[in-house]
Amino acid sequence: MKYVDEYRDAALGRGLARAIVAAVRPETRYNLMEFCGGHTHAIARHGLEDLLPGSVRLIHGPGCPVCVLPVGRLDMAIALVREHGVILCTYGDMMRVPGSGGTSLLQVKAEGGDVRMVYSTLDAVAVAQAHPDRAVVFFAIGFETTTPPTAMAVTRAEALDLRNFSVFCNHVLTPAAIQSLLDSPDVRDLDGGSVPLDGFIGPAHVSTVIGARPYAFFAEEYRKPVVITGFEPLDVLQAVLMLVRQINDGRAEVEVQYARAVTRRGNEKAQALVAGMFDLRKVFAWRGLGPVPYSALTFNTRYATWDAERRFALPDAAGRDPRGCDCGAILRGVKEPRDCRLFGTACTPEKPVGACMVSSEGACAAYWTHGRFRDARHGEDRQCADHSPTP
Amino acid sequence: MRRPFPHPLNLSRGMVEMSHGAGGRAMIQLIDEIFGAAFQDPTLARGDDQALLSLPAGRVVMTTDGYVITPRVFPGGDIGSLAVHGTVNDVAMSGAVPLYLSAGFILEEGLPLADLDAIARSMAAAARAAGVSVVTGDTKVVERGGCDGVFITTTGVGVITDDRLDIAGDRARPGDAILVSGTLGDHGVAVMSQRENLAFETPILSDSAALNGLVADMVAAVPGIRAMRDPTRGGLAATLNELAHQSGVGMAIREADVPLKPAVRGACELLGLDPLTVPNEGKLVAICPPEHADALLRAMRSHPLGQEAAVIGRVVENAEHFVQMETLLGGRRIVDWLAGEQLPRIC
Repeated sequence: MKYVDEYRDAALGRGLARAIVAAVRPETRYNLMEFCGGHTHAIARHGLEDLLPGSVRLIHGPGCPVCVLPVGRLDMAIALVREHGVILCTYGDMMRVPGSGGTSLLQVKAEGGDVRMVYSTLDAVAVAQAHPDRAVVFFAIGFETTTPPTAMAVTRAEALDLRNFSVFCNHVLTPAAIQSLLDSPDVRDLDGGSVPLDGFIGPAHVSTVIGARPYAFFAEEYRKPVVITGFEPLDVLQAVLMLVRQINDGRAEVEVQYARAVTRRGNEKAQALVAGMFDLRKVFAWRGLGPVPYSALTFNTRYATWDAERRFALPDAAGRDPRGCDCGAILRGVKEPRDCRLFGTACTPEKPVGACMVSSEGACAAYWTHGRFRDARHGEDRQCADHSPTP
Repeated sequence: MRRPFPHPLNLSRGMVEMSHGAGGRAMIQLIDEIFGAAFQDPTLARGDDQALLSLPAGRVVMTTDGYVITPRVFPGGDIGSLAVHGTVNDVAMSGAVPLYLSAGFILEEGLPLADLDAIARSMAAAARAAGVSVVTGDTKVVERGGCDGVFITTTGVGVITDDRLDIAGDRARPGDAILVSGTLGDHGVAVMSQRENLAFETPILSDSAALNGLVADMVAAVPGIRAMRDPTRGGLAATLNELAHQSGVGMAIREADVPLKPAVRGACELLGLDPLTVPNEGKLVAICPPEHADALLRAMRSHPLGQEAAVIGRVVENAEHFVQMETLLGGRRIVDWLAGEQLPRIC
């Protein structure tokens, strides 16, 4: 398959793994956070941790859009269906995340609520066209990558004069989240932080939109190297090598490994579309990170009529995180999935308690689905078909 | 014997009506002119409420399955052929020779008779090709909205005539070889490509097929096959996990050896699906002692439905019953059951 196979080549992968082993210094530890859930998923799906030396530790960051949405926002979406009787169009993963009291949109649908899974924002517009007598709301979530498609949907709905369509906007911003992490007591050296962070495997798709520029601040002010990285396994391995070299050299630069798609300035058309439709929220509560200033978007005055929050006068819901759930600490990199006492017992992908167990990009789901043999208690975990020793 | 009805069913413009399930003349006419005409089976044509059958000597195998797939017609098949293939395959996975099918139809008021006729003819053709007879059936009609067009339930009966065969999900042993009969995920991708909200163009056809001929060749070559299963809903991942749990073992497979069509890989990449969890309707997984793996592979590859068969791994000891995979890059990961619903109403 073109544009995929060349980034999964086994021989090249082994070569990169050998180069990483050769590059790491015995006295140095390399704590690298992959911000994006896409990277977390790729690392688990391709078993990349098996190819890395022990001194390279990958810390899973908060870049899974399903995971960082706080319970309160999900409660608001549920209220749209239950109390306002709207048709709610949502991406599939959001349907399984439990809200306060454990109710998910999937359960709301089973009760008779009209919740529909869509693959694209324009599908939601089509639902609004097909049901002119019903209010149709698109449950918009995600980082900078998914915001332009939401803006496209509104542009299209406006052109079609679809007054029954609106958007429940939960779009969030990556740089604000990274800064919040770096400023958190968990990370700051001054506060005796428990999460050592030596560098970032930077976002792939987000960076195609916002470009490489926004990360320069973190490299310069916080002295953290950033390598913007594609989602294929060779991309991740090459990025690890680039980060190891930066750390060895004492450099803290923004480098673009994902050069086939990311430019310094990003997609300026998409940026303009978003800038013309949205304003920054003063503050937005993230699961795990808590309230983060200027970290999310809301419709500007010109587009206020498309805002479901205003149209239905939705009150902010505080929401309650599930008891015992460590999603928050896991999203900050403070804990690993296996540190959560619900992991694999009360919380599994079939019956998730926390959001990190829902999306395949969530650290808990990725770890449970692909990596839990690493915890196998019986020492049999090296058994794989004709397994040859990895470099 | 065809009963004379004053006006034959209008197969071009007619629709299923409530009276077609009410037990009166309309129902008899529907059964005669659609099902009787399609299946042309002497036992069915007797018009009794049951089929009286003679079975050859051996162990009798029986299975049942419901079919609710949407869309009803998909590239490479339709709900009618699928309702035959799926049940024939479930019988065949025991090593039995499938012989008879029953067919229960739940029809929605308003279903075009032309659609029902096409489905019945497709079922009949599939049954003839698989060498099984549809010997009894049932028809119910529900109000508009009570079901989605047509739901079919088929029950299959077959006989294991070879006493040496002992094929079951709990018989896999550490060291055994794991084989698949061909490329994975074709059915799921073909059906998804037709879904209203997905519609994409792909050259992929469903692999829907009756596997009893392939199985007959396999058990003739290697009577010591330990386990067979067709990886339908949940795909290869679900089947290997089921077998691992039933047998109390682990499985270790290699990603590089799992046969996949490039177009299926491409579609799965695009849609974010793991091809190992995508359903198949004309493939099987077989587990056999390692010393018989070559003979079994040869037998499979000699059959038209097994030309792309491959050994994909082996059974291992593992207290957790994990199915593990060595990835293309040499890392390892678990191949887990599918969580949640990925492809509703896929069969």
